[in-house]
Amino acid sequence: MVSSILFVLLSLIGIGFFTFNILKIRSNIKLGRKIDRTDNPSKRWKTMLLVAFGQKKMFSRPIPALLHFCVYAAFVITQIELIEIFVDGISGNHRVFKETLGGFYTFTISFIEILSVLALLATFAFLSRRNLLKLPRLTMQELAGWPKKDANLILIMEVVLVCCIFMMNGADEALYLKGASHYTAEAGSYGFTISSILGDSFLVNLSIENLHLIERIGWWGHIIMVFSFLNYLPYSKHFHILLAFPNTYYSNLEKKGKFNNMESVTAEVALMLDPTADPYATNSESTAEVLRFGAKDVTDLTWKNLLDAYSCTECGRCTSSCPANITGKKLSPRKIMMDTRDRLTEVGDAMRKHGKDYLDGKSLLGDYITEEEVWACTSCNACVQECPINIDPLSIILDLRRNLVMEESKMPAELAGMLTNIENNGAPWQFSQNDRLNWASED
Amino acid sequence: MSLKVPTMAEMTAQGETPDVLFWVGCAGSFDDRAKKITKALVKILNHCNVKFAVLGTEESCSGDPAKRAGNEFTFQMQAMMNIQVLNGYSVNKIVTACPHCFNTLKNEYPELGGNYEVIHHTQLIQDLINTGKLALENGGVYKGKKITFHDPCYLGRANDVYDAPRELIEKLDAELVEMKRCKSNGLCCGAGGAQMFKEAEKGNKEVNIERTEDAFETNSEIIATGCPFCNTMMTDGVKNFNKEAFVQVLDVAELIANAAEL
Ligand code: SF4
Ligand code: SF4
Repeated sequence: MVSSILFVLLSLIGIGFFTFNILKIRSNIKLGRKIDRTDNPSKRWKTMLLVAFGQKKMFSRPIPALLHFCVYAAFVITQIELIEIFVDGISGNHRVFKETLGGFYTFTISFIEILSVLALLATFAFLSRRNLLKLPRLTMQELAGWPKKDANLILIMEVVLVCCIFMMNGADEALYLKGASHYTAEAGSYGFTISSILGDSFLVNLSIENLHLIERIGWWGHIIMVFSFLNYLPYSKHFHILLAFPNTYYSNLEKKGKFNNMESVTAEVALMLDPTADPYATNSESTAEVLRFGAKDVTDLTWKNLLDAYSCTECGRCTSSCPANITGKKLSPRKIMMDTRDRLTEVGDAMRKHGKDYLDGKSLLGDYITEEEVWACTSCNACVQECPINIDPLSIILDLRRNLVMEESKMPAELAGMLTNIENNGAPWQFSQNDRLNWASED
Repeated sequence: MSLKVPTMAEMTAQGETPDVLFWVGCAGSFDDRAKKITKALVKILNHCNVKFAVLGTEESCSGDPAKRAGNEFTFQMQAMMNIQVLNGYSVNKIVTACPHCFNTLKNEYPELGGNYEVIHHTQLIQDLINTGKLALENGGVYKGKKITFHDPCYLGRANDVYDAPRELIEKLDAELVEMKRCKSNGLCCGAGGAQMFKEAEKGNKEVNIERTEDAFETNSEIIATGCPFCNTMMTDGVKNFNKEAFVQVLDVAELIANAAEL
């Protein structure tokens, strides 16, 4: 009874706090500009199933993909056991599904156990890739400090979680062998693949009292880890395990080369070319609101850009394939995403504290991302291609450029010259438009 | 052989409409190296009796570099003016040898009122070969040569065209050797996003050098590509290593025109 109350309390606090944080993040994302990503739902579902659920894009790098898949599969399947823990925790039962599910129960838990061992091995591999092998993309400058700790912390939590599972199942098995299980008074075995070995080898030598203690530590440890993990997510790159799904659903379905045409500009250009045109003829919404051209701060980006930022796993696949980064330039598409997220968190917190119109005098462009980074991009789309959850750093970079050029007239001098040439003579170089066909008569 | 390059204005005056408009692009019109690609394509079009026309002095920059440099005004001004001209001639189909023009015309013009079927020149040539209008006897001069293909970002990743240029190279009876980074993983030449028109930011290497090294690793005699800007970047890369005598950078259209002895 006491433990049931404790369990319910823990759950309420855990889920309540998580919900609170999720709502905060949701309201942050909603600070972004409008963009419609609701068309073509069947293609969107398909993309989500393939890319998020099926992890299709991960497999362009098979080794990490396989390791990641172990952790991912273990995580997904363990949720089944978690349901039982919930039911047991609230009702005060023990292994409530065993009776009803029978052989399938044994199979499921065994499956979870095998996946947990694989996940454990993968976790050790991940830890060593980060800390011993020091893979370049996992040890770059932008990961110094919190991001590095975050990555290691979650891996350690994973290890603890798996240990709890085996303490729980192993001790329970030993108790069952001794005929002292909570499940039934008769002696027997659950027959779970891994814990039956653990239980039968050394755990069975422990006293019943100690085994009960270990089993309870495992059980409570597990559920406490689950709630800690859940509440840690919103502060961590590991939030991707949830956001990967909506993020891929709302993917850009157009060709990657297509950059959006700014509607506000279309209206003005139409007026310039034809002064008799109706200034309100084009889509009114964007013309009614006075919007900045491009993006100076996170609130100028679209909500999808902001969702991207919260979804980013900081894996660095984008950066390791970025031609600018490969050749030593400051630009790193991963950093673009991390900066966007960090700035958004800052803006959101400030708005909640000081009101919606609060300005802190800072901005994404300038205080987080420098002009040097913005101008180093070749718009090659390698980052977009590589991202395992369809994040688009390029569209942020483009909007930052638009702001620099159209609002601040700040750009490298050669580009200013190039733009003048296009405006004056219809080519990026100083050639007269009248000479455009000269090639046809030259040898 | 002198080239036949009819303009849209001439054709219209004669009451004719071409099957396809050849969008030459700024590089193809003005850059000395790219003009050779333009001419190679015209030779192919002439040889196959394709009824085509160019806009000539009525053509203007597609606006791609302006858009990627962040100046949406200049882009849309260019786009709207070009669309007025194209729609004035009721153009339906456009071929271009520049992936940047290709991408912009194909993807970014429709919303502004310019709806055309836009193809890359490698797709057109592939079609000419497949329909028997262009024949390559035993592959010609490139038979057995090692050729690697550098994917232009705006053709490959941006628009998922990977096969057309490769099938053409295979038609040459040449040995197509892929670089370690190819197709969707291809490395940029460094010119896109208006980089062509400015110095690169501070780093420890130029992008085109990194890419040229990829190409050298394949031990190919020819680096083929399908973009005038990639061509410039790769040519500069080869020069940087003083390898011009051993490695040529050629557009797929040039390979085909040479192989067909046009
Ligand atoms: S699009 Fe820009 S940021 Fe992305 S990989 Fe290419 S150069 Fe890097
Ligand atoms: S943007 Fe995508 S590829 Fe880049 S670090 Fe984030 S999750 Fe990884």
